[in-house]
Amino acid sequence: MTLFEPFQFEFFRNGFMVATLAGAICGLVGVYVVLRSMSYIGHGLSHSIFGGAAASAVLGVNFYLGAGMWGLLSALMIGRVARRGKIGADAAIGVITTASFALGLALSNVFGQAKRSIEAVLFGSILGVTTLEVVAVACVGVLAIAIIGAFYRKLLFATFDPEVADVTGVNVGRMEALLMLMLAVTILFTMKIVGVLLISALLVTPAVIARMVTNSFARMLVIAPLVGAACGAVGMVISYHADISSGASIILLAAFVFIVVYTVTGARGRGNAGGMIH
Amino acid sequence: MTNLVELDGISHSYGGPTVLEHVHLTIDEGSFLGVIGPSGSGKTTLLRLVLGNLRPTEGEVRRRTGLRIAYVPQVETVNWNFPITVSEVVLMAAAAKWYRPRATESERKRVAELLEQLGLGGFEHRHIRELSGGQQQRVFLARALHRDPELLVLDEPTSGVDVRTRHEVVHLLTDLHRNGTSVVLSTHDINGLAAHLPLIACVNRELIAVGTPAEVLTSSVLERTYGAPMEVLEHGGMLLVTDSPMGIE
Repeated sequence: MTLFEPFQFEFFRNGFMVATLAGAICGLVGVYVVLRSMSYIGHGLSHSIFGGAAASAVLGVNFYLGAGMWGLLSALMIGRVARRGKIGADAAIGVITTASFALGLALSNVFGQAKRSIEAVLFGSILGVTTLEVVAVACVGVLAIAIIGAFYRKLLFATFDPEVADVTGVNVGRMEALLMLMLAVTILFTMKIVGVLLISALLVTPAVIARMVTNSFARMLVIAPLVGAACGAVGMVISYHADISSGASIILLAAFVFIVVYTVTGARGRGNAGGMIH
Repeated sequence: MTNLVELDGISHSYGGPTVLEHVHLTIDEGSFLGVIGPSGSGKTTLLRLVLGNLRPTEGEVRRRTGLRIAYVPQVETVNWNFPITVSEVVLMAAAAKWYRPRATESERKRVAELLEQLGLGGFEHRHIRELSGGQQQRVFLARALHRDPELLVLDEPTSGVDVRTRHEVVHLLTDLHRNGTSVVLSTHDINGLAAHLPLIACVNRELIAVGTPAEVLTSSVLERTYGAPMEVLEHGGMLLVTDSPMGIE
């Protein structure tokens, strides 16, 4: 068995491309996620989308349409509940997303025929990734780059200092909605490969690795997608050869890179990432 | 003299007890106003209402049309681990206007001029964490001044800084005021900052008093503001406020 053997299969080539793109997109969006301390939102949103994915599978509705609408609705509800300030954002996420996740599990129990596709959503699968899905994920990547390019300064200001950004004329609410939308779309289009349970790690780990090696926001936006893409690509090859789920191999590889960088950069790296690593 | 901001009978609550009640306050052009009061008295809420970050639950805030306001937050609220350089912080001031990610030559020049003016020349590419407390405060002041504000609002500008930095900040603000910028700030520092300002507002859930230090820094007003006895002494022509602890001999 050679290293490149799996590339003879179309399903693997598609999966490889999606995993590489997914890693890059998650790395890019993850920079904002970690700097805004939104990791829990990413985690919650992926769980919430699982409910939508399960419902779509049961009802026979297109996965992206059903889970996407569900995810968007959850993101808006989280934002609304958190803005009201009566309960904390973490509590709002806990209630809304775990309820959605529980609904997904309940549907999975009642309608056994949906079990396989639900498992694929939970743990990630390279099987059945179509060329159209590769194009769709590429489009998400282009969209994320376009949004970040167009709103670079506003997003940076709203991330670093939302209160002053608001006074300075930046529509912070709109920037937050844009980030939530970007996050929801990223999770939706990449979770098939990485899986609901592991996607938040791909959002967080490359960004934290990038933070440990640089003190520049602009450089973080380059390093994190590169790390994510590398983990996605190499993780897919490992997944095939080791016969383990794609999500697990990608995340284990990212965790390994994190440990190496954490050790090599020492106190400086830990200082840079202060507040992200406890 | 024209009004820049007028708070007309405003009250505010964050969903629980009322934080500010029936406040009437006018900020005129050329004002240099210090807002004092104990912790949790509503000082920051008052500033946020002036800025427009908050809407009053009762009453009305009127700002002069087209008023350019800039805000310097408490440095203690800043995330010092954020990966950002001095020039990137200052450039944020133009974020609402610009869509291009990279700064233009003229923008960089303006940032360099501002930093030079504030004694931070050559610090453009330093990470904000690498600066001293006074330098950090001046970076955020530079960001505010980038907007060429008519009204500058500062939340606790001397909180957590040493005496030398406090002097620097006070001189800087005095110079800005002399050059035509109206200034409103909140502070806990009565002797080191508020007593040197032309106008003081005492707040504790309501507006207790507004006036010059001689009018406002009296034992009765301060006791109503802080809920504890305080003595006011005169030293070298300056008013000095001291605690008047009871039961300690």
